Amino acid sequence: MSTAAPPQVGQSATRKSQRKRGGPTQTTDRTKAERKLALMLCAPAVIAMLLVTVYPILYAIVLSLQTVDLRFPEESGFVGLDNYGAVLSSPLWWQDLFNTTLVTVVSVAIELILGMALALVMHRALFARGLIRTSVLIPYGIVTVVAAFAWFFAFDPSSGFVNNLPFVADDKAWFGNRQDAFTVIILTEVWKTTPFMALLLLAGLATIDNGLYEAAKVDGASAWQRFWRITLPLLKPALLVALLFRTLDAFRVFDSIFIMTRGSQDTESVSILGYNQLISRLNLGLGSAVSVLIFILVLLIAFVFVRVLGTAVPSQGAKK
Amino acid sequence: MENRSRRAYSGWAVALAIVLVYALVPVLWLISLSFKSPATVSDKKFIPTDTTFENYTTLFSGGLDSPLLRPLINSILIALIATIIAVTLAAFTAYAIARLDFPGKTLILAGALAIAMFPPISVVGPLFDMWRALGLYDTYPGLIIPYLTFALPLAIYTLVAFFREIPWELEQAAQVDGATPWQAFRKVILPLATPGVFTAAILVFIFAWNDFLFAITLTSSDRARTVPAALAFFTGESQFTAPTGNIAAAAVLVTIPIIIFVLIFQRRIVAGLTAGAVKG
Repeated sequence: MSTAAPPQVGQSATRKSQRKRGGPTQTTDRTKAERKLALMLCAPAVIAMLLVTVYPILYAIVLSLQTVDLRFPEESGFVGLDNYGAVLSSPLWWQDLFNTTLVTVVSVAIELILGMALALVMHRALFARGLIRTSVLIPYGIVTVVAAFAWFFAFDPSSGFVNNLPFVADDKAWFGNRQDAFTVIILTEVWKTTPFMALLLLAGLATIDNGLYEAAKVDGASAWQRFWRITLPLLKPALLVALLFRTLDAFRVFDSIFIMTRGSQDTESVSILGYNQLISRLNLGLGSAVSVLIFILVLLIAFVFVRVLGTAVPSQGAKK
Repeated sequence: MENRSRRAYSGWAVALAIVLVYALVPVLWLISLSFKSPATVSDKKFIPTDTTFENYTTLFSGGLDSPLLRPLINSILIALIATIIAVTLAAFTAYAIARLDFPGKTLILAGALAIAMFPPISVVGPLFDMWRALGLYDTYPGLIIPYLTFALPLAIYTLVAFFREIPWELEQAAQVDGATPWQAFRKVILPLATPGVFTAAILVFIFAWNDFLFAITLTSSDRARTVPAALAFFTGESQFTAPTGNIAAAAVLVTIPIIIFVLIFQRRIVAGLTAGAVKG
């Protein structure tokens, strides 16, 4: 764990211990005052985070064990795991889970490759580094709904320019079938989030000692070998963190699908399913079961990354 | 040797051109559409043939009842208030974590990280129900509260990373001179921490400005609906005209603040984004 900890953390830890060793022994009063201040400073943020996440997720679990349909309020009552049974035995849930997994895996894979290429390009920038950084930050900062509209209008058969491009049928209906709709949805996700991946990888690249490359060159390693033997292994911690965040983010895909197809042509994601149950049909019981299942899946993904792949999540750096 | 560097330069120029086109074409297409008249909106050309501002003016005709003015005001106020509260709370927390010795430090950071990974769809149902019971449904606080909460982890991590870089000797010097920990925080550290606070504020603002899921689930009218949600429910002036030009114009307008932020603060945005994830 400590090998993955970045240098800054180590430095600040030593600084802290030096301070303690160097100064006169602190009185317990001083420690007590420090703790009290710390708790007072942290309390508002902690309370806000608990109120808006922990309490609602517990409430969602309670709702998911009941029949709660706001259209038929008189029918509510405790039903145990029936809602989960209904969701898990519905083909729609499995279809949507498959769709979500497809979008997540394909878009994160493409982002990883493009993001790595972009990071290497930016790292070796010969000129116009600022220009390239500005232009990739625009997709990152742009509102997701706007990005979805931009690509929707670009591919829209009636007004989009894509069908006018060479090698594209002039009347291709991009949102009329599942495969093409997913192509555009994934393209939008990739466009919007590759910059984030690239910037995280770029920051990782900046921590690699240039001397290693010089030494490898002297030893006759090719550029390809240097990438696989030096860059990738040393980039692994940054890479895993970027992948973890992007995977979880992609798994909640909602905005672009909502704007482009609203889930038609079998392009619904699990988040769209949850929204439809909760807000459109006002079936809080069934919708909460979907919400809780999504929550469990996200926990599972995070668990796999942290425990199985050994992703050093940032908070571990804070441990002394 | 010179030959090689010339090749490197042209290779870099090609890479640069590809990245620029890829990053900017969709945005340019939106700008182009936003200046096209209803008659030419389907001409599929990149340069509008008869440029018009009508798509923009109709968005605001009718004052507060216009399609965009109220949502735009809502977006700006909600994002600003959420940013101010989130950054204030995060600054307190980050100071405590970076500076003070207390049990539960790791727990707070781990909890914040868990919330950064939390799927918002899992809480919209309960929040929808709770907000209706509490009278917060379709109000500003109804959106500000979830925004500031989900932005707190990002703000805390960014600020902890920045606060660790601050020369703390100055604070000790102030305390030696008789300042209390609170005075040392307010008078010495806060001014030094301003750049980090600013970075966190930009990132939180972009997050709140961007949100769509909470905006469509926790609002039902223009009372609190923000621009992304309003865009999704735009209708044409008549049922026969698709609001393509209007949507494009509104989309361009909400993108302008982001482009301004990026142009002015790009170094800080990059530093803030990567500080949390890479430096820990």
